[in-house]
Parts: sequence; C-alpha cells; structure tokens
Amino acid sequence: MKIYLQLLVSFFKTGLFTFGGGLAMLPIIKAEVVDRRKWITEDELLDFFALSQCTPGIIIVNVATFCGYRLKGVLGGIASTLAVITPSVLVITLIAAALGAYMDYPAVKSAFAGIRICTCALLLNLIIELAQKFYHQSNNRRLHGLIFVLALCMLGLFKATAIWVIIMAATVGLLFSFKGRFK
Amino acid sequence: MFGVLFYEFFKIGLFAVGGGLVTIPFLFDLTHRFNWFTPEQLANMIAVAESTPGALGINMATFAGFQAVGVWGGIIATLGLVTPSIFIIILISEFLNKHACDVWLQNILSSARPAVLALIISATLQVAEISLKSALMFGIFVVFAIMMYFYKKSPIFYILLSAATGVILEL
Repeated sequence: MKIYLQLLVSFFKTGLFTFGGGLAMLPIIKAEVVDRRKWITEDELLDFFALSQCTPGIIIVNVATFCGYRLKGVLGGIASTLAVITPSVLVITLIAAALGAYMDYPAVKSAFAGIRICTCALLLNLIIELAQKFYHQSNNRRLHGLIFVLALCMLGLFKATAIWVIIMAATVGLLFSFKGRFK
Repeated sequence: MFGVLFYEFFKIGLFAVGGGLVTIPFLFDLTHRFNWFTPEQLANMIAVAESTPGALGINMATFAGFQAVGVWGGIIATLGLVTPSIFIIILISEFLNKHACDVWLQNILSSARPAVLALIISATLQVAEISLKSALMFGIFVVFAIMMYFYKKSPIFYILLSAATGVILEL
C-alpha cells in the first residue's frame, strides 16, 4: 500500500512542478523517481521518454504510466497517471475561474518570467549531463554521432516533428543490428 | 454532453503523437465543430497553460473542458485525453518486458538516445526564444545555469528561487 502512496505523492509533485511541455519535466521526474526513490534507472527513464515521444498522448502521462506500470502493474499505471494530472486539473480550474483577474497582476507575470528562465537553465544542464553520459556509454560512437547530427538537421532544417526523428533513429538502429547479424 | 466531450478528447489523446503542443491543432479543429470556446479563447489558453504547473496538453484539456461545461467539463476532458495513453502504454510495457534482452530492441533504444538529445536541444532553443528576451534575462539564465552545474539541488528549489527572482527584479 505504501508504494501506491509514494507513487501518488511523487507524480503529484512532478505534475505540480512541471511548467510547459513534456520535456521540461525530465529533470524533475529524474530527481524524483531515479535519484530519490530509485524506482527505475536513468537509462530506463530515457527509454520511456523515447517511446513516449513516438506513442500517442501527452508525454508526461505516458512516462507516468510507464513508471507506475513497471512498479505495480495496471493499478500502478493508473494511479501514477491520475496523480500527475491532478495538479493541472486543480490549478487550471482555479485559474480558469479567476482568469483575467490574477494573470494580469505584475507580480504574477514577473514570477512566471523568472520560472521560464529557470526552465531554460534546467534544460541546458540536462543536455550537458546527457551528452557526457551518452558519449561514455555509446558502444558505437560513429553511428550514434551520425544519428545525432541527422536528428539535428531534421529538426533545424526541415522542422521535422518528434515522431519522425525517433522513427529515423529507430530505423537506423534496426538496420545496423541486421548488418551486424549478417557480417 | 459529457459523453461528447470525453469522446472528442479521447480522440485527441489517441492521435496527438509527440506531446502537448500537438494537441493545439486538434483543439482549433474543435472550435469549428462546437461552440465550446472561441479561437481567441484558445489562444489565451495556450499562454496560460504554458506558464502554469502541469504539462501543456493536460492544462489545455482542463481549460478547454472548463470553458465548454464548467468544473466537471475540465475533469471529463482531461480523463478523456489520458485514457488512450494508459491502454497503449500498458500494451507497450508488456511487449518491452518480453523483448528487453533482444539485441535488435537494444540497438533501437540505444539509437533513439542521440535523437532524444537532439529533441531536447531543439525544445530548449524554442523555450529560450520565448524566455530570454533581454540581456538581463540572459544574465540570470547564465547565473542559474552555473549554479545548477555546481550545486545539484532539486529543480523545485531553483524554480521557487527563479519565481522570487522574477518578482524582485520585476521581469
């Protein structure tokens, strides 16, 4: 029973302290489920993220379902999902009810301007950490470097959506494993 | 009414691949077919949803549902949005458990990692574009980035600190 309660608390916190899109929550969810609770490893979390990018639905919900299911099966998945959406429902309902009145307060706007800067810095640190980790772990640096450059080109030059970038990477990885088999 | 709301958001959850921002075109589609909210209200929602706690897509669903039918509308729309995820992810998890040790799956997942890194870089640049609008803001960003690099505190600590910084400096 205790683990359900921990799942609810952890994902409620994740939902409460995530601002913006799904990727922005990666540092927060990592601090909670990998560093603090040690429920899953960082590699597993990144696999969940990669899969969540190319499966339908909101990324944070998909990651929460993955984590909850890994720990406690179907009920764990449902509990994590409900916990991660609860802060949104509460906060947005309050804001929707009071919209116009509070969002125009200068102090509220300033606080959010500060939070957005913090999100950028969190993401930058995450990028540095992941880049170092991937470089050390990679069993095929040339292939993975190529995938990285290809992904950046797809995003920068062709404005590709996340799903196509993940599909490209998965296809290259799959082709490489066949090549390895027949060598 | 609640049934239609649940069904419409269930469809969005089923087809929006790639996260919260992808739900926005689907929500604009709703403005053409229902009188739940106007495109102008939707545009306002995006700014609010981006700067309040919670993932963008969930916030948008709660907001849209609230505009359409009130408090219960927000809850029903959000549950509709996440229901397909629960089914799909549980199916995928089962598949992963069976094949976790297969070489081809290992290759696919390790190849996805550099792509995820590129996605995070791309998303960060987009966040930076709307967040770092002045030299002062860029300066605060550099200070925060350096602090985070050397003092690994919880992100929540830095978010609260940045909110206070924003209020004090009147950003």
